[in-house]
Formats: sequence, structure tokens, C-alpha cells
Amino acid sequence: MSEITPDLVRHLGVLARIQLSDEEVERLTGQLDVIVDNIAKVSQVATPDVPATSHPIPLQNVYRPDEVGETLTLAQALQNAPDAADGRFRVTAILGEEQ
Amino acid sequence: MSNELIRLTAADLAAKLASGEVSSVEATQAHLDRIADVDADIHAFLHVSDHALEVAADIDRRRAAGEALGPVAGVPLAIKDVLVTTDMPSTSGSRILEGYLSPFDATVVARSRAAGLVPLGKTNMDEFAMGSSTEHSAYGPTHNPWDLDRIPGGSGGGSAAAVAAFEAPLALGSDTGGSIRQPAHVTGTVGLKPTYGGVSRYGAIALASSLDQVGPVTRTVLDAGLLHDVIGGHDPRDSTSLADAWPSFADAAREGARGDVLRGLRVGVISELPDSGFQAGVSASFRSALAVMEAQGAEIVEISAPHFEFGVAAYYLILPAEASSNLAKFDSVRFGLRVTPSGTPTVENVMAATRDAGFGDEVKRRIILGTYALSAGYYDAYYGSAQKVRTLIQRDFDSAFAQVDVIATPSAPTTAFRLGEKIDDPMQMYLNDVTTIPANLAGVPGISIPSGLAEEDGLPVGIQFLAPAREDARLYRVGAALEALLVDAWGGPLLDRAPVRGGVA
Repeated sequence: MSEITPDLVRHLGVLARIQLSDEEVERLTGQLDVIVDNIAKVSQVATPDVPATSHPIPLQNVYRPDEVGETLTLAQALQNAPDAADGRFRVTAILGEEQ
Repeated sequence: MSNELIRLTAADLAAKLASGEVSSVEATQAHLDRIADVDADIHAFLHVSDHALEVAADIDRRRAAGEALGPVAGVPLAIKDVLVTTDMPSTSGSRILEGYLSPFDATVVARSRAAGLVPLGKTNMDEFAMGSSTEHSAYGPTHNPWDLDRIPGGSGGGSAAAVAAFEAPLALGSDTGGSIRQPAHVTGTVGLKPTYGGVSRYGAIALASSLDQVGPVTRTVLDAGLLHDVIGGHDPRDSTSLADAWPSFADAAREGARGDVLRGLRVGVISELPDSGFQAGVSASFRSALAVMEAQGAEIVEISAPHFEFGVAAYYLILPAEASSNLAKFDSVRFGLRVTPSGTPTVENVMAATRDAGFGDEVKRRIILGTYALSAGYYDAYYGSAQKVRTLIQRDFDSAFAQVDVIATPSAPTTAFRLGEKIDDPMQMYLNDVTTIPANLAGVPGISIPSGLAEEDGLPVGIQFLAPAREDARLYRVGAALEALLVDAWGGPLLDRAPVRGGVA
């Protein structure tokens, strides 16, 4: 058995910025427990002598020439914004009262 | 007439367009009529373009004016909703992006337009490409044209169903763990995942950046090659795009269809994927396809890939880890849904409420799993170990391809299962991807083509071929060679045996 508990799932929800309901926490706890038990087997063969692979094809990072390219206009950048004002994205307060 | 047009392959339709026998407007109208006729039952499309006929008319005008057009100009195209488009909404199957209109086109879409392909609409998919059945679409599932009670595969079930139901001759898909190949398997169609970096990911709404790859979804191997030729090649906007000069994949398919490529071809069959791991009719179809190849001079070689059995586990650590990072951008600030709780919520409260309301169950499950796998204290045991498995699977491929030219597997463990059958058991759903995932982890190309129908249920089965990285052309040659033999033996394409849908003759 893994160590997936409702409290851990609730905490992960906070880290991932998802306001999980109690019902979701309960369901996810059971499902993640099964999934983590299954996927933990990677450690059986991941011995210290095996190097990690992050990308399938080895590549070097690339840079484009430092020239002004095509960029979005202000109107394009804001066209999908849920709320905007004065050419900027508008959001609610960054800090809560107790902060 | 229109019924004949929709059943043409893209290659044959392109020839009729080039000769002037058929106009793009006629071809496009025939497919729009077909969509109107059958898509209420299939639900392959989330959006149908309201100006496809204008695009088609423009192609016809340019052709009439003597302009030199590309080989597939005027052929209609369906586009998976994971690819952003300026003229149609792009949702990636998610409520959180409902109505989103991209200010730019994905590179593959821009190249398709430049080649004169006519976008018909956006196809349904599991939300953010997470799933094997399209049941995780926020907009309802797609139905398999072979049996409307069954899944069309996923995540690209919409694209596969669209070509299987003759709603489009060509479609674009994306494949992170099998999302092009497994839908091809269950719908009797063709799908190819290119070598990682062979096709641009720019404008493909990212699921797992080290695994995602865009590719063609079609009814024939040649059609896949024609579409791959349009979308492939280096793109400076994708930092993982390969700078290789690629051969023509359509030419490779034509060469393969002549059949002699099978003589002396070494085909690897993986001993760790025994027939007992597959539905009986799936393995029977697989074995009979191998026998057809053997009769033409191919050599079947048993090979070992001892780490493939860890592929699903590694994948379901790497994918959620990358997805949880990629999906952080859906924060209710710059685009997408915003849900504002009552009171005086902070921006973080708004984000958390938005993401709870806007993401479906599977997306939340994978974000939470990825957040767990990446958290301090677990990173080495989970994500770090999964990356090591990736190395081991690459080594399995390296040693296999030292012995054989291609690897063959059944494309998936079972034929199309029933809608709802696995929706409450995520782990069972994940195991659908056992045969397709290794290619994504190693970056190698893979193709699924129809191998026949399963005896017990009469549903389509696909055979998957895998080749070394950058050897996509080999898959087109081998796939086209087997396809030609099987279609000849069947007396026509497998899709001729699918139920005829729709009321319009």
C-alpha cells in the first residue's frame, strides 16, 4: 500500500491550485492509491548505474537570433482574457485580508 | 456522386482535383453533407467550419488561374482540437478553454493551409489528450462508426472516427502515449506517430512536452504519407524540432506498395508481449498478418524487450509530472474560464475555484499525481526512476534494432470496448496503452494499420510497426506493403465492411 491519504490529496490540491471538494478528495485518494502502487515498480529497475533520460532525442538548446520578430499585438494578447482594463489583465486582490 | 467523393482516398481525390474532374467546392460540400448526415450519431466534431466552402472556392479559383498548387490542394482536412486555429475555437476537449480563439495557427495548421488543404472543423478528444476513449472529453464522447455503443479510442477518437465514417479523408492527430495509433486500431484506420521532433509541436496545446508528437490520421498509408509530407520538417518555433532533411513519405508509401520491401525484411516480435496478453481475436489477426508478410519473404525474429513492462509505470509518472507543469497556465488570468467565488476572493482563490470547475476528473487526477511525483522527497523515487526506465527502454530498442529492421506488435490489447466499461477504473484504462507507450518514451516512430477483424466480435484490429528514430520512411514502406497484400486478400479496404451510416445515398 502507498501512503496516499485524504490529507495528502487535499494538500496536493492546494499546491496544484485546485479547490477539491471533500467528495473529490475521497475518490482521488482511493484511485491514486491504486495507481501509485502500480507505478512505484519503476524503482525495481532504476538502479544507480542507469543514467536518466529527459528527452527522447538528444538535442542541444537552441537560441533564435536576437532580432525583433512577429509578436502578438496588445489586442491579440488580451482577446481571450476573462477580464481586462487599461490594456492589462485584471484580477482580484493578490493578497487576502489576513496577509 | 457525393457518396463516391467521400469514399475516395485523399490520393485519388487529389488526382481528380488536379485533373479538374472534381472541384474542391464539390469535394468539400460532399464532406460537409456527410458531417450533417452522420455526426449527430458519431460526434467526431466539436466545431464545423462555417467558411470551408470559401476556402475551397479560393483553391478552385487559384487552380483555374493556372497557379501551381501542391499535391493535396483542395482536399478537406479535419483538425484535432488540441491544435490551435485562428478561425475556429480550440478547446483541447476542455471546459476551461470553451470558446478560446487562438491569435495564431499551429505550425501544422499553417502548413496545411499553405498546402491548400481545406479545414472542415475541429475533432473531439479526451480533455487535454488524457485518455484512451474520448470519454474524458468535456463535450461528450465520440462513438465508434463500427458500433455506436463502443469507444473510438483516444485521445484522438474524433479524428479517427471522422476518417472512418468518411466525414473527412484526412485528419491531424497528436500522440503522447498512443493517441493516434490506438484510435486507428479500434476504427480500422491508419495512424502514424512520427519520430519525436519530426513534426512541429508549435501550437499543439502541450500535454507532456517530451512525449507529444503530431501526426497523420487517414484511411490509407499513402494518404498518411501525403499529409506527413505537408506537416513535417524543421520549425524554428519548436526548440525540439529536428533539422533533418526528410524524404518524401508519400514516395516511400508508393515504393512500399510494390511489395518487394518485404523480401528479407527482419520483423521483430517481442517475447515479453505474449499472445496471452491480448484478446484472442487481436492476437489471431496479428499472427495472420505476420504470416502474410512471411509468405512474401519477411523473416519473423523473436526479440526481447525486458523493460517494456515498466513502460506504463514510467509513462504515468513522466506524463502527469509534465502535464501538471504545462497545465499551470490555465490560471484564469490570461485566457479561458474564470470562476469567482463569493465574498472577497484572492486571485489564488479564483484560480483554485476555476481549475476545480474547469478541469474534468481525469485531468485533476493526473495533475494531482504529477504534483505528488514531483514533490520534495518523492522526486528521485518516482520521476527520477521513471527517467531511468526511459533510458532502459531506449536500450531495449537499440538492441532490438541491431537484430531487426522493424518491430511488430498488435496495436492495442483489445478491440473497441464499450462506452462506460472502463471509465471508473483509471488503472485499467491506462493499461490500454501498453503497446504504444514505449515508442513515445524512446522517441521512435510508430504506425498502426488495419490487420483485419477480430473473430469473436467482428471489430477492427490494428498491427503496429516501430522503426528506429528518424526511420519514419521505413514504416511507410512496410505499412504500405502489408496494406496492399491485405486489401488484395480482403477484396477491398477493411472499412468496406463497416456498417453504412447515414441516410443520404
